[in-house]
Amino acid sequence: MNADWLLQNSPALIIAIPLLAAFLMPVIDKIGRRARNAFAIIILVIEEMLVLFLAYDVFGGNIHIYTMGAANPLTTVPAQAAVPIRIVLEVDAMGIFMAIISATVCLAAGIYSLAFIEEEKGKGKYYTLLLLILVGMLGMELTGDMFNLFVFLEVLSIACAALIAYRSNTGDAVEGAFKFLIISSIAALFVLFAIALLYAQYDLLNMAALAHAITYSNLDKIALVLLVAAFAMKCGSVPMHFWTPDAYSVAPASITAILVAASQASLYALFRVCFSLYNVTLNLATIGGALIIFGLLSMFIGVTMALPQKDIKRLMAYHAISQTGYMLLGVGVGLYLLADPEFSTYGIKAMEGGIFHIINHAMYKGLLFLTSGAIFYRLKTRNLNEMGGLGHSMKWTAIFFIIGALAIAGIPPFNGFASKLLIYEAAYKVSPILSIIAMLVSILTLASFVKVFHSAFMGPKIHDVEEVPRSMLAGMAVLTFVIILFGLFPGWVVGNIVHPAAQALAEQAAYIQAVIGG
Amino acid sequence: MIYSIPFYTVVILILVGLYAMIFKRNLIKMAIGLTIVESAVNLFLVTLGYREGGVAPIYTNLPSGISIPEGMVLPVPQALTLTSIVIGVAILALMLSLSMMIYRHYGTLDSRKVRRLKE
Amino acid sequence: MLRTTGGYWDPVLWIIAFIVVAIVAYIIRAMGRSDYSGKGEQRKPYISGVEEPEKEAVHIRAGNIYWGFLESMKGYYNAMMKIHTGIVNDYISWFVGISALLFIFVFLVEVI
Repeated sequence: MNADWLLQNSPALIIAIPLLAAFLMPVIDKIGRRARNAFAIIILVIEEMLVLFLAYDVFGGNIHIYTMGAANPLTTVPAQAAVPIRIVLEVDAMGIFMAIISATVCLAAGIYSLAFIEEEKGKGKYYTLLLLILVGMLGMELTGDMFNLFVFLEVLSIACAALIAYRSNTGDAVEGAFKFLIISSIAALFVLFAIALLYAQYDLLNMAALAHAITYSNLDKIALVLLVAAFAMKCGSVPMHFWTPDAYSVAPASITAILVAASQASLYALFRVCFSLYNVTLNLATIGGALIIFGLLSMFIGVTMALPQKDIKRLMAYHAISQTGYMLLGVGVGLYLLADPEFSTYGIKAMEGGIFHIINHAMYKGLLFLTSGAIFYRLKTRNLNEMGGLGHSMKWTAIFFIIGALAIAGIPPFNGFASKLLIYEAAYKVSPILSIIAMLVSILTLASFVKVFHSAFMGPKIHDVEEVPRSMLAGMAVLTFVIILFGLFPGWVVGNIVHPAAQALAEQAAYIQAVIGG
Repeated sequence: MIYSIPFYTVVILILVGLYAMIFKRNLIKMAIGLTIVESAVNLFLVTLGYREGGVAPIYTNLPSGISIPEGMVLPVPQALTLTSIVIGVAILALMLSLSMMIYRHYGTLDSRKVRRLKE
Repeated sequence: MLRTTGGYWDPVLWIIAFIVVAIVAYIIRAMGRSDYSGKGEQRKPYISGVEEPEKEAVHIRAGNIYWGFLESMKGYYNAMMKIHTGIVNDYISWFVGISALLFIFVFLVEVI
């Protein structure tokens, strides 16, 4: 059990440990409250450390392979076979980047939940499902097999739907969960249909082997359209975004923060399909243009629908749609320019902006949802018309809210500004209109968060409340720490973390070679 | 020609299932529509593995004259279909229990009336 | 230091610049009169002799903020609110519609 063994087996351990813990959690729940809380936090911390340990090696330049069920985890293609068999977990820089996001957000939400759900019933089941959501997200991000992606997508959506309906004594929560479940199931079924189409043609399920064998035949085009549409619906991009405000507003606040990371796992799956599976075989102008159009629509419609909202979490959910538009715009520009010689100058910069925005968004959106949960914890309402003057007594929550609001609006020196700057400048070279719309949306974002801050925290003191418990503040502090850290050193982050991830997406050859071996 | 009938069935079933999900207002009917779509996709997966004149892909007690592996049907789609059926059962169970709770809260199962969360 | 397409961005330099400006502002402020108390008649707003109403009476609630913006974009918002029905069947028909559009897009581009 030395460091090498741990490093070699870490992709499997990262998925297996929370899965085992999720099944042990109901048993430990019988022991007592302290045991359950301690167990959940210990597992989440172990996950975070394992993911960071693996990330340190993967960002150094190695792609990690793990073949499930083989004698030697590194043999993907056995001696008599011509294609990879068994489920292969393939961890490249983009996958581990998303895994860091998932692990961090789940850790912060887990710490936050210690005090947040104290008065609810069924807390053991809550933690079980939270660990299952973590399994689903990490499984989607670390796998190298298409059907495995589908299975973990379903695990993720079922666990999320169950947790959205956590407050089942209110009708709203159950309605939101039903809508979420219908949408996720339809999306996942069409993903399965597309995977079946690809399997029918090439008899392969492994992503790297498929990438090596794929030609852009008619059935491949059908599969691509279904995959893009289904994953775009799952991540909340605009013409199919209607479920997002419904589901995000009724879930408990810590689960909403995790739902943001879950939607980004679907965004990662979309990028994986477009870049690593098809790469330049697909028609770059069409799909890249489609992603850019989805991005523009998401940005604009998301933020304009957010302005008149009176429910604080619904407003933030529309902002989540809007920020997903930034990511789609950035990476869409990168996809549009993939075969272009200009890719290495500003195409990759656009992709870096989009990918950096993913982690920034998970951090500051998670923080904002956690602060809205803190407000709900004290006032038991989400309606902005009934709030006021909370800044007098809830000082720490107000500070965290200000940091989150400045970060999402793209105000220096926070991290939102760095990723938005990358997206503005790179998209400008494709067409100036993209940058203009992006900046306009940024201004409207700031406007709506000024509205929320004024309604909730400023004004005369109406309510007599105290500050929220310390575990909730600790959860928010974890995310704030990352926001400030990424804000102060964006150059280091982009150079060491984001650039390898963008490079890993764009270069399909390294992805294929790690499994098939040249 | 006869071997294409399952594929036509898949397309028809998907269209029927989507029709039920889009145009029917009762939540239970939407769940049924989803199950129809799921059955269609499972049928598609299982049909992919068929090889003409093939036997079950089991090595012990093979009938004589069958060559390995060309005389067997593919086993991988069968595994995929089993996994998908199990996932479908879990989704259906959750969806029906959520509809039950919606009925308890709203008093109706009409999707046009179950819309407190709108705009 | 982050290098972007058009230049670079360094937040540490920005914070140093911010601190320098803040120090200059503080020095200018410290050169003022030290006997200003900040309370009393000089601080109240002048509303033509009318008394300033209490803060509770003029606090604008969230539903009324940005009334001007929402009023000027009424056509857009009416269309948007009509689309966001909340009926789950519409959500699925949007998905089917958009994937049909994408199909047409992807297949027709080859033909043209």
